[in-house]
Amino acid sequence: MASAVANKWRGIVGKCLVFGLALLPLGFLVADIVNANLGPDPGQVITEALGIAAFQLLLVTLAITPLKKVTGWSGWLRYRRMLGLFAFFYAALHLLAFLQLILGWMDLWATFTKRPYIIAGAAAFLAMVPLAITSTRRMMKRTGRWWKPLHRLIYPAAILAWVHFLWQARSDITEMVVYAVILAGLLVVRARWFGVSSLVPLKRT
Amino acid sequence: MFIKQRPSWSVPESEVTPESIYLNRRKFMTGAIASAAALSIPGLVRAEDTRPGTVLDYKAAPQFSTDEKPAPYDAITTYNNFYEFGTGKQDPSRYASEMSVDTWSVEVEGACANPGKYALEDLLKPHQYQERIYRLRCVEAWSMVIPWVGVPLAEVIKRLEPNSDAKFVYFETLNAPEQMRGQRSLFSTIDWPYREGLRMDEAMNELSFLAVGLYGKTLPNQNGAPIRLVVPWKYGFKSIKSIVRIRFMKEQPKSSWEMIAPSEYGFYANVNPEVDHPRWSQKMERRLPSGVFRPNWIETEKFNGYGEQVAGLYKGMDLSRYY
Repeated sequence: MASAVANKWRGIVGKCLVFGLALLPLGFLVADIVNANLGPDPGQVITEALGIAAFQLLLVTLAITPLKKVTGWSGWLRYRRMLGLFAFFYAALHLLAFLQLILGWMDLWATFTKRPYIIAGAAAFLAMVPLAITSTRRMMKRTGRWWKPLHRLIYPAAILAWVHFLWQARSDITEMVVYAVILAGLLVVRARWFGVSSLVPLKRT
Repeated sequence: MFIKQRPSWSVPESEVTPESIYLNRRKFMTGAIASAAALSIPGLVRAEDTRPGTVLDYKAAPQFSTDEKPAPYDAITTYNNFYEFGTGKQDPSRYASEMSVDTWSVEVEGACANPGKYALEDLLKPHQYQERIYRLRCVEAWSMVIPWVGVPLAEVIKRLEPNSDAKFVYFETLNAPEQMRGQRSLFSTIDWPYREGLRMDEAMNELSFLAVGLYGKTLPNQNGAPIRLVVPWKYGFKSIKSIVRIRFMKEQPKSSWEMIAPSEYGFYANVNPEVDHPRWSQKMERRLPSGVFRPNWIETEKFNGYGEQVAGLYKGMDLSRYY
């Protein structure tokens, strides 16, 4: 009994910690805005920082299952939903920042139909929307055995987000290569452990 | 027997201060006197006196200057594309101090009467510096207004006496991986050194400018010290920084961006709202500095608003083909 209570408290403390950590990128940005520390093109800096935070959190979310497998501690799973929702939160802020701070809501049609890197980013975001909506316990129950195949949309979302990032490169792709290695690693270990079919979204296995 | 009698006022050669030291001392004294004077009157020490660089002696060239408000010094010096120091906008201001510009020379080659290795001072000495306030439009759809100090490129080229084979001028940036961390990157697609070129008539246009200064002082390294090109009717990447080589050529040279992505960046790279970059529109630009919550969009003008001076260069050319 006492250990169950201790366990529950540990979980709450852990969640608060993860919550705080996931808010750090936003905190730093707000501090930079308040201190006017973002240079002459703050909209661009804000938008990029939010996008990178979203992508990094997506990768952290994807790392939970491998972490559980490697460490043998299933406690990691407890943070997965929160991390995934934070990834969505940053992606939504990134999109809003792009629309308001960079586009100024101009040229929307051309932007979202003609620019391949924008289309890739928008597709990544759209893939994350149903995941966020079905993340509650009640929606998990309602979607039942479709929940898992649906949530495998995180794989194409992460790949599209990476493509979105790569297609903005002008000459130096070091950062993109680093992220590619991490993302590929996370996908490859899954394929090896659970089979390639475990990576295919919207298909029941 | 010839005995040389020294007059009493004669000074042996060994006691003569070399000109460069003499000039430096003058510069130092002017600076020292100015700062002493400024310091003695509280409130007179202005922000620009604390800026790095040597004060330049120049004349304003209002006929070549826009009356738009120049971007603040900090914006111009902390927001740069100078991939030799990294691809982040702040990388150059962080790392460009690793480049040494104290002794600089420019190699002049190719189809001209006066080739050779010129010390920077020798290349610039005969010319009077001007200040020109130009718009700079980056291919990434942002722009700034910048007060450059320098000399017209045409004046320098005339002294080098290009011959009739010189149809193009080619420029190269310093290639020094030990000083330029961006050149050490494993995943850069740029084949260093950075290269650029102009057609001869473009180079001789009165707007083409070799800048050595910014806001009245020598250029900070991140802005392309000690000498850079400024061609204000073309996208910023044409305005090559930290030049070490000038070559007069018969054939059209390949520029770095043309080598990397010929479908995105052409040799001409004239600012043109009618021709989109394949990945984004060029119709508008964000004039920097921009506010946090509202992007400062303005319409992009053909030839960056310098059509009156340069449109004639491209008469009869299909600018959507020669982009």
